[in-house]
Amino acid sequence: MGVGILVEDLNAWYGTTHTLQDINLHIPANHATALIGPSGCGKSTFVRCLNRMHETNPIARATGTVKMGDVDIYSDASPVEIRRRVGMVFQRPNPFPTMSIYDNVVSGLKLNGFRNRRILDETVERSLKQAALWEEVKDDLKKKSGASLSGGQQQRMCIARALAVDPEVLLMDEPASALDPVSTSKIEDLIFQLKSQYTIVIVTHNMQQAARVAENTGFFLNGKMVEFDSTHKIFTNPRDKRTEDYITGRFG
Amino acid sequence: MSSTRMTPERESRSPLPVPSPLPNAPAASSTDAASGADASLSPIRDFLSKRGSGRLADNSFAAVMLLCACSIFAIVIFIFGILVVHSRLSLMQFGWKFFTRQAWDPVSGDFGALPFIYGTIATSLLALCMAVPLALGVAVFLTELCPRPLRAPISFLTELLAAIPSVVYGLWAVFVLVPLMRDVIGPFLYKTLGWTGFFEGPNFGVGLLTASMILAIMILPIISSLTRDIMNAVPNSQREAVLALGATRWEMIRIGVLRNSRIGIVGAVMLGLGRALGETMAVTMVIGNHPDISKSLFAPGYTLASVIANEFSEATGDLYLSALIEIGLALFLVTIVVNAIARLMVWAVTRNAPARVN
Repeated sequence: MGVGILVEDLNAWYGTTHTLQDINLHIPANHATALIGPSGCGKSTFVRCLNRMHETNPIARATGTVKMGDVDIYSDASPVEIRRRVGMVFQRPNPFPTMSIYDNVVSGLKLNGFRNRRILDETVERSLKQAALWEEVKDDLKKKSGASLSGGQQQRMCIARALAVDPEVLLMDEPASALDPVSTSKIEDLIFQLKSQYTIVIVTHNMQQAARVAENTGFFLNGKMVEFDSTHKIFTNPRDKRTEDYITGRFG
Repeated sequence: MSSTRMTPERESRSPLPVPSPLPNAPAASSTDAASGADASLSPIRDFLSKRGSGRLADNSFAAVMLLCACSIFAIVIFIFGILVVHSRLSLMQFGWKFFTRQAWDPVSGDFGALPFIYGTIATSLLALCMAVPLALGVAVFLTELCPRPLRAPISFLTELLAAIPSVVYGLWAVFVLVPLMRDVIGPFLYKTLGWTGFFEGPNFGVGLLTASMILAIMILPIISSLTRDIMNAVPNSQREAVLALGATRWEMIRIGVLRNSRIGIVGAVMLGLGRALGETMAVTMVIGNHPDISKSLFAPGYTLASVIANEFSEATGDLYLSALIEIGLALFLVTIVVNAIARLMVWAVTRNAPARVN
């Protein structure tokens, strides 16, 4: 089961650029939340703050509170502990090319010293099924390298890899932007399936995608969150003029 | 595409962007643009249409490149041929046994290459054992851990090490490494590891171990700078992928960086080994120059390269000279065999897992 996220006064910088300004937001558990906005508006930075990936860049820093359940991820835990609870899927599929499909999927578990073969086997099957990839790869799990799959399959394998550690939150940073429409719709179906069990935050440039998969949508512009509401409200009756301009394609 | 599961109902003012009739609108404007461009581009079109197909240029270019590639074969075969021709006297005298004989007696004309082959391979492998961990450490530090302002100076210093002429390394080794070996490192090794048998007998400071150490220092920069470049080439997405799974920094380096660059690292190590095998001057100055096969690393030794350098000018007699040239042939063959083994190792690693990083 997922866990809700409460963000209070989150600020983030890259060097001297103030990329996120006073973000306040509540992301409900076991729902999909979409973040939309033009390029460079800070939505990627925002999701990277949710698993403290933002600070892996030496010139980046962030302040504020992000509560995941009861845990303030910036003061109560180390980044490593947080990232074990929060799965992340990146814009471009990033499989480990030197590992088989099997090893790719369980890499998060093996990394943390998990060695029970039976549970590893079960996990591979469960997460590949969740990622709708099982049928396509079940015969060469250990024969084929993760890099030998097609782009869409690689991305679904990366989703399986993130799901294998049974995270409470799944962050997706434009997971379908490098994929063709068929793979994209597979991944959207996937998000639709998964959101009852995980808290999903998805960054997307594709507004129809946000409308299709997410209950709530936040609109980011120039490092600020302009509006956050139910997806229905954002797309039909936004409060802010800028949101309306963006979703109707008048700028952005 | 337009699955309408979650799509909110559209209102009269149609907030969702309606797809514009793409095929028509741009087509009209593109004809305008084309006709406008036609007039202004005509001198360019004129110019371009007068240029030839370039077939002749392409073909001659390909021929020249082929010639360059063939010259490599020619050079290798030529060197091998010359070595064989000039060592025929010794080849006829000792046959292929030359490579397994231990004798080296110019006075009675009895020659064999085994002690030199042993000395060359032993010092080179020992140098690798010392240099590789150090070089990997330097490379990992530089790419993953080093604070930005320190990166350039450290890189520069490691590369500077590669630029120092080998005779200068030799001098440094004679004045610093040899006494250090004799008075500090040697006795310490004898006391702690003497029971292994590798650190026995008289220790004059010159010998296999000292030569290996100077070799290790000499091949360190080439291995570390190549490894650093290889690790830098690992895309950041790999590091992020590992970190996002909850990896510590060391786990990120192990899985995200080292694992992805292992083939390149083997290649870098092989280049270092190639340099160690052929290195002459510095080794000659500290190895002791005595053709012996001894288990003890304190014992003096001799390498293929250093015996040629030392004795070539004073080789009297045709057989002596011919034997020295056959030593050169041996060095040539050792290098080829070692490289072949290295290739096999790379092939064995890569055979099942394609190592390309997207």
